[in-house]
Amino acid sequence: MSRCWKFGDNISTDHLIAGKYLVTSDPKTLATHCLEDTRPEFPKEVKPGDVIVAGDNFGCGSSREHAPIALKGCGIKGVIAASFARIFFRNAINIGLPIFESKEAARDIQEGDEVDIDMAGGKIINRTKGKSYSFEPFPKEILEIIEAGGLMQFVKKRMGK
Amino acid sequence: MTLAERIIASHAGQEEVHPGQFVYAEVDFCLGNDITAPVAIKEFEDAGLQKVFDRNRIALVPDHFTPSKDIASAQQVKTLRDFARKHQLAYFFEVGSVGIEHALLPEMGLVLPGDLIIGADSHTCTYGALGAFAVGVGSTDLAACFATGKVWLKVPETIKFVFNGKLPLWSSGKDLILFLISDIGVDGALYKAMEFTGPAISSLSMDDRFTICNMAIEAGAKAGIIPPDKITQKYVKGRARRSYVTYSSNGTASYCQIKEYDANTITPRVAIPSLPSNVQPVEALSQINIDQVVIGSCTNGRITDLRVAASLLKGKKVHPYVRLIIIPATQAIYLEALKEGLIEIFLKAGASVSTPTCGPCLGGHMGILAEGERCLATTNRNFPGRMGHPRSEVYLSSPAVAAASAITGRITHPANVA
Repeated sequence: MSRCWKFGDNISTDHLIAGKYLVTSDPKTLATHCLEDTRPEFPKEVKPGDVIVAGDNFGCGSSREHAPIALKGCGIKGVIAASFARIFFRNAINIGLPIFESKEAARDIQEGDEVDIDMAGGKIINRTKGKSYSFEPFPKEILEIIEAGGLMQFVKKRMGK
Repeated sequence: MTLAERIIASHAGQEEVHPGQFVYAEVDFCLGNDITAPVAIKEFEDAGLQKVFDRNRIALVPDHFTPSKDIASAQQVKTLRDFARKHQLAYFFEVGSVGIEHALLPEMGLVLPGDLIIGADSHTCTYGALGAFAVGVGSTDLAACFATGKVWLKVPETIKFVFNGKLPLWSSGKDLILFLISDIGVDGALYKAMEFTGPAISSLSMDDRFTICNMAIEAGAKAGIIPPDKITQKYVKGRARRSYVTYSSNGTASYCQIKEYDANTITPRVAIPSLPSNVQPVEALSQINIDQVVIGSCTNGRITDLRVAASLLKGKKVHPYVRLIIIPATQAIYLEALKEGLIEIFLKAGASVSTPTCGPCLGGHMGILAEGERCLATTNRNFPGRMGHPRSEVYLSSPAVAAASAITGRITHPANVA
């Protein structure tokens, strides 16, 4: 089960990792500053396997892949949001950070709720509230990238390496 | 098909494409900077890839933290330099020739009408001003493109924005795009292409058009695009380093939405913290004091931006409580400003003029804010802490409003100091 950290709308990549830290792309270093100005306790208390739940337009702003890298560095198991900004969406798929679009889950799940994510069944199960939510299934073209283990693995496969 | 769809179809080897369809499209040009390219290079090398798809179609532009602000940022630029030398890339720019990527590449004729361009920088959408389909992506997309020359794309729906009339005196492309983002919201064009048309757009300079397309991402868009016309052709002529094809939306174009506006009503605007959509008329903010003004960035660091700033600053002094930092976006713009006497006007007014860099826009260097400080900037984002301390504030405006406000120390309509 995963503990949920709840955020609002328009969490930008500047919130996720500030520009001043972009002198490295090391996941562990970035993780120590992830979301620090928004929730100072987040980088200190986040545990591997935790989940982020947010509102609309998650990951808006800069294209910095350091944002999903920082979340992966924190051990974040997945991000559930009402909607994702498009470059963040691409980046997450490309580097294998699981993301789930569900307006209902984004609205209903509260800070600290415990959830399980059933990828194959397409369900987010809220153990705290005893509810479940479906999420938008990925189109087959995106599933191929996810199943290959990210874009670079997918490219290697296609190039016949 | 719409302009965006026609470009995608032609690059995906298809007669037609439709919104929602996935394609692997050929890329005419790709780019990365000193923040995003190191991650792309690592991905490329970790995957054991040996060869780039075309050494003449990749640009590495170290513009964000340059001239390198510290050892770590110098290492990042070195990663780009080493990769560029190893793969004999035609376009790597050292300090002395480097400029802000989205001003530099159009200026050099490296990005052209009808192109499909990807850049590991969200403001890659700027090139839509040329009638190109230009998309911001992440580092891994860039790494894959280094190897394959292709990108995966979902064909976006297009929203058509028609601007009738003419912008009033002291209003610019920046005021128009701030107005539009406030109308549709920061996710008002999420995943979509924004096509800007109408008499008010046709009468704008290329510099204003770059500003408008630059901030399409601030409405969540995949691309901003302006149909190429005589002004586009004139700009590209003599610069283009490749042949190119111009496209326009044809009779069968289908838009998910068409919105019409009267440009005559778009007076100078300012976006207040902490979203680019929190837009107010300048007059409503006349009591807001400022500590710093930044004129520059990929949004507003071009020659017409510097000219309008100089026209207001000529013979005047920057307010004693204000630091004015002016950053020409490229060396060519800097040199032109020097020849036209703009730099002398800035220096005599008490402004600081910097070598081209993204610097303060993303809180990198060259003008970081202390706790509680407030900056009026011609940049594109005002998220919390964007330019420094998490409790500092960024307001966004045109160069005219920024220059006028630097003189008075408060947010000021340019007409009040002209």
